[in-house]
Amino acid sequence: MQKLSEKLKQDIHYIESLNSCMNCGVCTAICPAAEFYRYDPRVIVDTVQRQDEEALETLLKSETIWYCGECMSCKTRCPRSNTPGGVIMSLRRLSQEEGYFTESEKGRQQFALKRVLGNNILNYGYCVTPDVVRPEMHPEQGPVWEWIYEHRDEFYERVHSNYRKEGAGALRKVDDQTMKELRSIFEVTGGKAFMDNIENCSAEKAQEMGMDMETYFLHTYMDNNDNHQ
Amino acid sequence: MNLEAKQQIWKEYQKEIADDRYYYARSCIRQTFFPGSEWAYLDILGNRLGKTVFDDPRHTTCTGIGYHSDVVPVETIMTVVARHFALMTEAGFENITPSCITSFGIYTEILHTWQEHPEIEEQTHEYLWKATRREFKKPKNLAHTSDVIYKFRHEIAAQKKHALVDVHTGRPLRVVDHIGCHYAKMFPSKGIGGAEFPAVLSGMVTAWGGEPVDYPERRHCCGFGFRNYLVLANRGYSIANSKKKFESMQPYEPDFIITNCPGCAMFLDKWQYTISEMEGTTYGKDGYGIPVLTYEEAAALVLGYDPWEIGLQMHQVSVEPLLEKMGIAYDPDAKYRNARGEDMGRPACPNYLKV
Ligand code: SF4
Ligand code: SF4
Ligand code: SF4
Repeated sequence: MQKLSEKLKQDIHYIESLNSCMNCGVCTAICPAAEFYRYDPRVIVDTVQRQDEEALETLLKSETIWYCGECMSCKTRCPRSNTPGGVIMSLRRLSQEEGYFTESEKGRQQFALKRVLGNNILNYGYCVTPDVVRPEMHPEQGPVWEWIYEHRDEFYERVHSNYRKEGAGALRKVDDQTMKELRSIFEVTGGKAFMDNIENCSAEKAQEMGMDMETYFLHTYMDNNDNHQ
Repeated sequence: MNLEAKQQIWKEYQKEIADDRYYYARSCIRQTFFPGSEWAYLDILGNRLGKTVFDDPRHTTCTGIGYHSDVVPVETIMTVVARHFALMTEAGFENITPSCITSFGIYTEILHTWQEHPEIEEQTHEYLWKATRREFKKPKNLAHTSDVIYKFRHEIAAQKKHALVDVHTGRPLRVVDHIGCHYAKMFPSKGIGGAEFPAVLSGMVTAWGGEPVDYPERRHCCGFGFRNYLVLANRGYSIANSKKKFESMQPYEPDFIITNCPGCAMFLDKWQYTISEMEGTTYGKDGYGIPVLTYEEAAALVLGYDPWEIGLQMHQVSVEPLLEKMGIAYDPDAKYRNARGEDMGRPACPNYLKV
């Protein structure tokens, strides 16, 4: 079996993101995730560059790699031109490919993300559309959004968009041929297989945790054991 | 050091921005939360500046939010972006203008990766051909839509109906900007002013009569953090980052916040409501919030567009105090009417935030 560190080295994010880390800690100083979570990008980069297989496996199963916000503020600052956020992207990919992500609460959230974004992209052709920002799931959006959501057909017309209609313009319905091409890209490039794998690993985990898929979805979307900060 | 001197130092961060004929790459977030901004952008470019912008019905999401939430692999997003290049090529265009900072960052990163690793570009050609039978050429020029407005900021100023000035006192409006992380933090030379002294928005503000304010946390992330907002359980991260920014800008008593990224605009607007509900804190004068404008909305107000035509009624933080300062006349009832002039009712009132 190929070693985890060998697999990482084939990942373009890893190749582009890690030169050699001198453990200066500048990335940690600038990192918004380090300020909020028990998270330290310097330690992660250092663990990865040591190429200790056991430490790497632990990392891939941990909560830690899921805290980063991928803001890439660290890229600007690192004196060695590393991108800890890019290293994180390669770790998250490997954690999902190996099925390790279901071992942590934050990792399991990939299921919620896959369900929401996968559904939006492959059914509507957008990552976000008004229909999916349901006020009950987004209380933070406030009463103005609730009002817009309720009146969305007439509202979007008022502000000149082409909501749910054919042709050009904002919020138009993406035509069938285009949707076919988009789905075909996901098939050909492995995007579909990647998402299917998230789905399968999650189904296994749900069974192990004694949950049906709906309960498991809510678990991955809502639960916070408050042991992250 | 004053702002102008800083801009001198960072003069090398002046990127090339095409002059005309733009292929428009739509943003999922912008069309959902700021469709009026998008309309204003296309109208300003087409009808006020006489430029050609192609809005292609076959364009889709770039899948960027999925990519940075780590559910869409890099090979996939590269091929989706390559399809957009193919559509651009087929339509006879060479300049592409994404309208979202996440997207702009992704396009920049992909072009960079292909340059460093031609074999990856080659593989993308193959994937795209296999999936869609399309072929693509890389764009000659990549610019964010705010770069384009920046380029024409003086032309816009020449047509202005309202300056960024308090008409009652003659004081230039104090404006804080939020640039959005992926605009220049990853590839500083691709953003006007680089990552240190971002000038893309402050350049517009100055050209239109306002006064940019360089507040301490100007460069801090708004806190979107992809999975950190999209998953309900993580939203504390998102709001905590925005709060840090509000606290940093509040002492300067800004008249409004201007944003580069439609995502940031949405967060900086909505989180002011959420924080007020959680803690009773508000950041503007007399219980109001600090209004948040996208750069397209700011440009449109300067050019005399009606506030409700460009969708300012979609904001949670009321913009009326700002309109009054700028001396912009508006019909308070029209805010709540649909295209046929019928009333759509009123949103509920927040408990603390004055609207
Ligand atoms: S800033 Fe760069 S060199 Fe310093 S600890 Fe972080 S990754 Fe290592
Ligand atoms: S990309 Fe991740 S590690 Fe880098 S600064 Fe942002 S949150 Fe921190
Ligand atoms: S500041 Fe926020 S929404 Fe905007 S680019 Fe950063 S993460 Fe994106």
